[in-house]
Amino acid sequence: MSEPRTLTINILRFDPHDKNDVPHIESFKVKEADGMTLYVVLNEIREHHDNSLKFDFVCRAGICGSCSMLIDGRPGLACRTLTKKLGSTITLAPLPLFELIGDLSVYTGKWMRGLNERLETWIHDKESSFNVDALEERMEPEVADAIYELDRCIECGCCVAGCGTIQMRENFVGAVGLNKIARYHLDPRDKRSDEEYYEIIGNEEGVFGCMTLLGCEDVCPKELPLQSKIAYLRRMMLKTAL
Amino acid sequence: MIKKKSIDKTAARVDFIQSATGVILAFFIMAHLLFEASILISKEAMYQVTIMFEGYYFFGEKYPGIISFLAAAIGVIFILHTVTALRRFPASYREYKIIKKHTQRMQHEDSSLWMIQVITGFAMFFVGFVHIYIMMTQPSNIGPYASSSRVVDEFMGPLYLVLLVSVVLHAFVGLYRVTIKWGFFEGKNTKTSRKRFKLLMKSAIAFYLLIGLASLGKYTYIGLTHDFSDGIKYKSTQESH
Repeated sequence: MSEPRTLTINILRFDPHDKNDVPHIESFKVKEADGMTLYVVLNEIREHHDNSLKFDFVCRAGICGSCSMLIDGRPGLACRTLTKKLGSTITLAPLPLFELIGDLSVYTGKWMRGLNERLETWIHDKESSFNVDALEERMEPEVADAIYELDRCIECGCCVAGCGTIQMRENFVGAVGLNKIARYHLDPRDKRSDEEYYEIIGNEEGVFGCMTLLGCEDVCPKELPLQSKIAYLRRMMLKTAL
Repeated sequence: MIKKKSIDKTAARVDFIQSATGVILAFFIMAHLLFEASILISKEAMYQVTIMFEGYYFFGEKYPGIISFLAAAIGVIFILHTVTALRRFPASYREYKIIKKHTQRMQHEDSSLWMIQVITGFAMFFVGFVHIYIMMTQPSNIGPYASSSRVVDEFMGPLYLVLLVSVVLHAFVGLYRVTIKWGFFEGKNTKTSRKRFKLLMKSAIAFYLLIGLASLGKYTYIGLTHDFSDGIKYKSTQESH
């Protein structure tokens, strides 16, 4: 067995609430362990080097989407990134675009809430004629599976940080938004017409603003079929506009 | 009753026009570069291709006006493509800096491909239209000697070199991107189909750059070595004048 590597972890640190602070890189040395993830590294740093380091985590298993950050320039989840797949010098930075809480911690929740309200990502039905006593309509298992596939999105923000379009044009809905629209469009319980969907995403800030850089597709930690779903929405929206 | 307001169809149409004109131009370029490479076979072959486009084999007479018309048609599609693709351009230095920084940080091939589209597209605003305009206004000056003279004596060589590299990159990166963008032929596994399209794109770029550069080299060689004291018209070995 060879000696374990000593990793150099460079972290972009900044506390926006401290008037005297400026963004700066801080380096930490951590001894690599078997099966080590960046999540473990960050805890090690907080425990043994600097307990003021800010970063988010909840589930440690790629389900909550809290620990997303730029890992050597690319967005990813710290808990799902094994150090052995990276070089011995690793650079970590917070996701761009989102409100910075401090160091590696960003407020993705606020941004996502705004997006969900804007796209109205909930089932739309005729409320006046809706009968709460009636049995819910049955759904084919294939449809349920297709919906569930897209529902796996954890709103981690990686696709947003990996999208060149949204960096330039902040009003773009991004892959997370388009994926949600694709999900509700599949859902037979959602009664919105294609024209109504067009009103939401049939513009330059929606599907026609996407420049197909495929950053979203390639960084999504849940491997959602973003490339294919955005192409589908584009075709569908074009058909609606013909 | 409130009248339902109709949807604004512009965004969809503009996006479609951008892709459609791009595909037409890319296929045009594929044919164009192949026909132009006929000079690699022989001067006579290139001459035969030229008079074919002048309608000689259809009407028994040469009409360079056909070339003007074709060039004008391509010019219109070119402008349509430019206008619709322009909305994608970084609209300010700030936007340019953001996307450049993002691309460098990501080290992500498809994001970088888009930067190639921006740079080559920008270059073609200028060199592309100069070329189309000359073809519209001087349609009869195409041929093994006339074209060589334009490359060397009229200093179009450097412009053609920039145009060739730009157009080949732009056309095939564009075709790759348009298939992904609209999901054409994506199949069951988009990862596999994307990989195949990318390989196809790279092979086509290599092939067309090779024949394009070879043709340009040949025209330059003829331009440098041919004695033009007799004029720039080519005398066919198979025609009697």
